[in-house]
Amino acid sequence: MNLLKTRELGIVLALAALVLFTTISNPRFLSGQSIRDNLLNTAILAVMAAGQAVVVITRNIDLSVGSVLGISAFAVATMMSDHPGLPMIVAILVGLVVGAAAGLLNGVLVRYGKVPALVVTLGTLYMYRGITYSWAGGSQVNADELPPHFLNFANDNLLGVPWLVLIALVVVGGTSWVMRNYRVGRELYAMGSSPQAAELAGIKVARNLLGAFVLSGALAGLAGVLFAARFGTVDASAGTGYELNVVAAVVVGGVAVFGGSGTVWGAGLGALLLTVISSALAVLDINQFWQQAIVGALIVLAIGADRLVAVRIARSLRKRDAHV
Amino acid sequence: MSRHRLAAVFTATLLVAAGCGGTTKDNQSSSTDTQTSAAADPNAKLKEGLKIAYLPKQLNNPYSDVETSGGEEAVKELKGEYKKVGPNDASASSQVSYINTLIQQQQDVIVVAANDPNAVCPSLNQARAAKIKVVTFDSDANKTCRDAFINQATTEGIGQSLAKMALEQAGGSGDIAVLSATPNATNQNAWIEVMKTELAKPEYSKLKLVKIAYGNDDDQKSFQEAQGLLQSYPNLKVIVAPTTVGIAAAARYISSSSYKGKVQVTGLGLPNQMRQYVKDGTVKKFALWNPADIGYLAAYAGAALASGQITGAEGDKFTAGKLGPYTIGKDGEIVLGPPTEFTTDNIDKFNF
Amino acid sequence: MSRKLASWDTAIILLTVLVLIIASLAVDNFGTSRNFTFMVLDLLPIILVALPMTFIIVTGEIDLSVASTLGLTSSLMGWFWNHGLSIETIIPLCIVIGAVAGAFNGFLITGLGLPSLAVTIGTLALYRGLALVVLGDSAVADFPFNYTGWVTGTLSWLPWLDGAVPNVLILIVVLALIFGVILHATPIGRSLYAIGANAQAAHFAGIRVARTKFWLYVVSGAVAGLVGVLWTLRYSSARADNGAGLELAVVAAVLLGGVSIFGGKGSLPGVLAGVVLLTALQNALRLEDVSGQALNIVTGALLVLSVLLPNVISSIRGNWQRRKLRQSAAS
Repeated sequence: MNLLKTRELGIVLALAALVLFTTISNPRFLSGQSIRDNLLNTAILAVMAAGQAVVVITRNIDLSVGSVLGISAFAVATMMSDHPGLPMIVAILVGLVVGAAAGLLNGVLVRYGKVPALVVTLGTLYMYRGITYSWAGGSQVNADELPPHFLNFANDNLLGVPWLVLIALVVVGGTSWVMRNYRVGRELYAMGSSPQAAELAGIKVARNLLGAFVLSGALAGLAGVLFAARFGTVDASAGTGYELNVVAAVVVGGVAVFGGSGTVWGAGLGALLLTVISSALAVLDINQFWQQAIVGALIVLAIGADRLVAVRIARSLRKRDAHV
Repeated sequence: MSRHRLAAVFTATLLVAAGCGGTTKDNQSSSTDTQTSAAADPNAKLKEGLKIAYLPKQLNNPYSDVETSGGEEAVKELKGEYKKVGPNDASASSQVSYINTLIQQQQDVIVVAANDPNAVCPSLNQARAAKIKVVTFDSDANKTCRDAFINQATTEGIGQSLAKMALEQAGGSGDIAVLSATPNATNQNAWIEVMKTELAKPEYSKLKLVKIAYGNDDDQKSFQEAQGLLQSYPNLKVIVAPTTVGIAAAARYISSSSYKGKVQVTGLGLPNQMRQYVKDGTVKKFALWNPADIGYLAAYAGAALASGQITGAEGDKFTAGKLGPYTIGKDGEIVLGPPTEFTTDNIDKFNF
Repeated sequence: MSRKLASWDTAIILLTVLVLIIASLAVDNFGTSRNFTFMVLDLLPIILVALPMTFIIVTGEIDLSVASTLGLTSSLMGWFWNHGLSIETIIPLCIVIGAVAGAFNGFLITGLGLPSLAVTIGTLALYRGLALVVLGDSAVADFPFNYTGWVTGTLSWLPWLDGAVPNVLILIVVLALIFGVILHATPIGRSLYAIGANAQAAHFAGIRVARTKFWLYVVSGAVAGLVGVLWTLRYSSARADNGAGLELAVVAAVLLGGVSIFGGKGSLPGVLAGVVLLTALQNALRLEDVSGQALNIVTGALLVLSVLLPNVISSIRGNWQRRKLRQSAAS
């Protein structure tokens, strides 16, 4: 537990240092509008990272999230432009359902088809994207075809906090809470630490695994709705390549790719850090081309640091055992 | 042991190769122009049943959809076979496979908007070797590998119009920034160059171009670049976006932010995409040619080439249906005409 | 176990032959020599990168950074060319740089013991980022024609073949033979399967697991570097975004070819068939004016089915055998 704390503390410190440095060179970085933009930009990534973190904690991966975002965004945007009278909540529900269905297919193939998650979700990454392209057939939904209440959702506030940010907070906070304090959460960690042991211990592995993939899919679907509301222009390529950003956020946030450790709110912090880095680069007027290299170096650094800490802990544990 | 020897041999080879000089950028022989011209026959009749294929930069782009819709109309008038194919992403290499397929299908004319002026060249020349006429539009390919280029407006005309609109909207003085497409987009760079020349003139002396940002013709990226501009340059008065994706994204950001009314957006945009921002006051004026006419003109130019009416040489003349007569300029360029300016008064008359 | 795999390899090879025959008969202009050249050029990058990828996946690891290594060497090639280096120096240099990029992956994975999936997702972003830093969004295009022409050209010293054999096909055949012989007919190849089946057992059997894996990543990087050069020459265009997304196509082709993502199983002929199948389908569909989007669905479905079907078949067979046993026990 202590280890986890230090891990997330590291991200918070990195974030603080970055914000401090950027603000000194350009005070506008901490202006209300800028903070709001950063949080809005993080929201979509953080929602997806929360679902991905749960899947990765069970020692699986969901590479299809970018395509699920695309299919959900296009479905919801088409629906809202055809029926402008529908309330926002319907859009959100439809997005969640579309995403959950996609996630369910992933989970069924992984669990009952006994196909590795990497293969399944790589396959469905292609399939969901292909379906969206065939459906859209080159068309796109423009901002002027969408009802104003749908577009305003991205900018409206509740007590000064934009809805998008609020949703992200609820999703990340709620998922963290469940993972930490509920039986099902501990079971998911156990499945990631040792799948066989979890099965032998009587954990309902099938139910939990399906649940993890459905959650990841549903949150990617929700992200699709937020994407459509925020950007207003949706075509079939929405969210292409997002899977790598999401996995990056999760890994930088301290979730081990081999499962069993890390926290959902760590993944949320990872998403925030990646977003702030990219906007800090723009504000500092650093060549935007450096951005991707920095993100890559950060991922390598993050997993290297995790490994180092793990090795040190293992060594100290061994030493303690030797003393006894 | 043997691995070390292998490495040594390899390094030696490398050094020898380096020492020998070999082919470098400076000493390579320039490739020759592959253009083969036969004589034009201005009285030749336009052939019917021509297979004319359009290859825009990418599908899913509303602007190129409008362009090709004009092409479809013209091909119908010409009693030809219309077809549109294209990749989903505007990457340099993805168009090549499509050109290859069109060669295999023995099209008569390929009308292409090049994602990279050079990457498509070998394939286009293969097409021309197979007696296919190549017309470029929107974004030109290297002039050695196409027969004619439809230029939507002269580079000078666009650049001057952009500078003029920026001056008007800034109220005569202040900081302006450009939000362009990609840093190597042929069109945008040429226009920005002209704009800079204009800005050097005395009547523009109070305007200051503080930054050229690139949104890569990607809606989301452009949106974020617009955000970045306003954060970095608090005194910004006008964002000039010479790309339809950029201007729509910038207008959408401004209209939903606290900068609305303080910062103006102008540039090149599609009336349908910009209508709501013109009406809500975010945008006062922007410009564009009629994109459907570009596709329309390209079809007629292609048909005239395939029928032997013109060869693409300077001075060749042909008639492009409802658009009237055209003369081919230097380097096979055909200029469409002056751009239209859109304001709240006239925007409802346009639907594209 | 090995029989089940052999049957999947055979199935994918038969399917590929079937698709080629049907397409030649049913699709206009598919079976021409020019179309053959186009197809070979289209599959060139996937097939070359798939060779070392097969080795890596057989050992139970993965390398997702290959396409970014390709982009990095392509960028550097343009940068070197702009700075006056000769093309004869640039080509080996780019291959060496690719190998260094691979060695960095190998070091992180075998030296520090980090998971290859996470490492190569990180270097995927890192190498692509470096490619962007080197060349930004600009392109370098003026490479000498005798090199660009060679990559897109056909063998001219075989007049009776009438330009039907692309130059690069020789390269593909030679490299495929080398990799095929190493994997299927040498102790090295057997040790790769042993590592993939059980790394610990392989270690106790005297195989240097870490060192072998390290060199696989070096080779993978070097091949990606070579493909970066070929890609640049084919399109006469050095750009930072060259080959983006290729890693997924390569992994899909390798898995489709019957290589297990868990390692220890698979064959090179199956992988080659997988690559040809995907490319031929894409080419034929495009000639029929079917949009590339439909192909995404086919690729994804094939990928999932390639693992799902053998699982389903073996479980059905298992049930059937159990029932037969029970019946014979009853009677």
